[in-house]
Amino acid sequence: MVILLNENYHVCTGCALLCDDIEVVIDDNVITEVKTACRKGVSRIKGCNEPMSPTVEGQQVDIDVAIGAAADILKNADSPLIFGLGNSTDGAQKKAIELAKQIGAVLDDTSSFCQGPTLEVIFNETVKSCTLDDVRNKADVIVYWGADPSNSHPRHLSKFSYFPRGQERQRGWEEDRTMITIDIRKSHTAKISGDKFHNIPLQADEEFIDALIDALSGKVPKVPFEYDPKRILELANILKNAKFGIIFVGLGLVYSLDNMDPIVKLMDKLNELSNFHLIPMVGHYNMRGFNQNMFNETGHLNRVKFEKGNNTKVQHGAEFSIVESLNEKKVDAALIIGSDPLSSLPRAVADHLLNIPVITIDPCETFTSRKAKVTIPSALSGVECGGSAIRMDGEEVKFEPIVDVKSQTIRPSDEEILTRIMEAL
Amino acid sequence: MANAMEIYQLLPKTNCKECGKSTCMAFAVSLLSRELTVDDCPPLKGDKFKSNYEKLSDMIAPAKGASESGMIVHEDKCFGCGNCVVACPVNVAEDPLGAGIGRAPTSDKVILRVEDGIVRTSNVHDCRRFGENKILCNGCIVTCPTEAIEFV
Ligand code: SF4
Ligand code: SF4
Ligand code: SF4
Repeated sequence: MVILLNENYHVCTGCALLCDDIEVVIDDNVITEVKTACRKGVSRIKGCNEPMSPTVEGQQVDIDVAIGAAADILKNADSPLIFGLGNSTDGAQKKAIELAKQIGAVLDDTSSFCQGPTLEVIFNETVKSCTLDDVRNKADVIVYWGADPSNSHPRHLSKFSYFPRGQERQRGWEEDRTMITIDIRKSHTAKISGDKFHNIPLQADEEFIDALIDALSGKVPKVPFEYDPKRILELANILKNAKFGIIFVGLGLVYSLDNMDPIVKLMDKLNELSNFHLIPMVGHYNMRGFNQNMFNETGHLNRVKFEKGNNTKVQHGAEFSIVESLNEKKVDAALIIGSDPLSSLPRAVADHLLNIPVITIDPCETFTSRKAKVTIPSALSGVECGGSAIRMDGEEVKFEPIVDVKSQTIRPSDEEILTRIMEAL
Repeated sequence: MANAMEIYQLLPKTNCKECGKSTCMAFAVSLLSRELTVDDCPPLKGDKFKSNYEKLSDMIAPAKGASESGMIVHEDKCFGCGNCVVACPVNVAEDPLGAGIGRAPTSDKVILRVEDGIVRTSNVHDCRRFGENKILCNGCIVTCPTEAIEFV
């Protein structure tokens, strides 16, 4: 389903909720007021504090010169890495896959160290998923596990899960919905679930899942830490009686598990007894799109290497993740698009980026761009360029630019820049 | 939120009446209702009460922003999640197909809406906590993750 927009509304690309009911006030092609978006969205829509300039070796240059320099680096590399794209449109992502094929690059995104495993079980239909509109219209039991949307996706509760009225949830949150939070600390989201908050120790998610499965199977739940078994039984009871249940999987849960088996087991058990769905709390606005586009193109979500000159041959595996590629120093140049690996990866891993030529394409300055050999400023997608993206639940959302793109100051989109690099190659 | 007794404990307790109230306790109540401000107590501004003055200023949020109905929004705490907007029963009743289903408000009659990432109030006289048939609604208080809304 493609979500159609009221023509007065814009889409916020601040996170993978892609809220599609944003109004703005524009004065002289500058956005002066943003309505209905959360604070995080407003800061995305109003643009970067430090816009990036086109540079080569730290010297300001014309953007065409920077694009030429980028092409030279990629041409001379034996094993280039392309990374990022979570904040790029579908069009740019498809272009990047084409480029990766052309130059035989390793291609990966942040999902290889965050929500990749969750998306994999959904793409392979190992677990049942649903849309956020289903959640709003039907969900009576909502579980946030290892997630704190109040900070990461501020409108998650108000737009889709707990607070809005829905077709089958007409009586409001107090009567019609139960919200549960399971986390290692009392987050802002946990606070809202009140006595339905389960505070578990660090790295104890798997044990808690096992206990919950026991409770769902009518056994006495046991965990190797202090926890009232009655509370686990109560929780099991709520889940068992759900008409339409949803588990939102946060990074806290993904990080604490070695693999998805415990979650799959829990989902199987829940679906024997009731009706449960899973949605990953995808962060960047189009990270799911990248995984979807990669999946369609290669059968893999991330971590691939194309062979130069033979664009049907693709290798896939953990060794092609950004972390392994950098750790093993297997890449000799990097093209980073809309991402800041120098600040998001552990220093020891990211260090290799300081030894190889790096190109960044980004609207804003980042830690990585400050160390890059070539920087190419791009349009802020969703504001200065349109396109489409995949919401965290898999729905495609199309959007138009918010400001007038005919104005002189607008920078080229990621997609245009990638096209021009390919032409220069 | 502080209560009158906690405020009273930090006052000079001399009943000097310089603030225009007959007792320090009465002044405490006026502070609580934002009728007067900490600066209306001259002795508090002396060196002797410096730390009490600071504590009181922290305890009592500035009255600016307090609407006629006594609602105060702590803008620095609000991050625009919209929970209060969607939970407010007046918003739901006035705008069932906008705010009521989690979308942008489509009616002028809503009490709460988010602009520039911060909650804004209007039509506060329609708030269920006020007027003749008032009830102790707390829809916007318990749904706020950061305690950004309070009533005085
Ligand atoms: S929740 Fe996400 S998409 Fe929605 S307004 Fe906030 S940042 Fe934008
Ligand atoms: S007290 Fe109730 S009616 Fe008044 S603004 Fe808050 S939620 Fe709305
Ligand atoms: S619930 Fe609190 S943080 Fe959210 S919009 Fe309302 S006042 Fe702001």
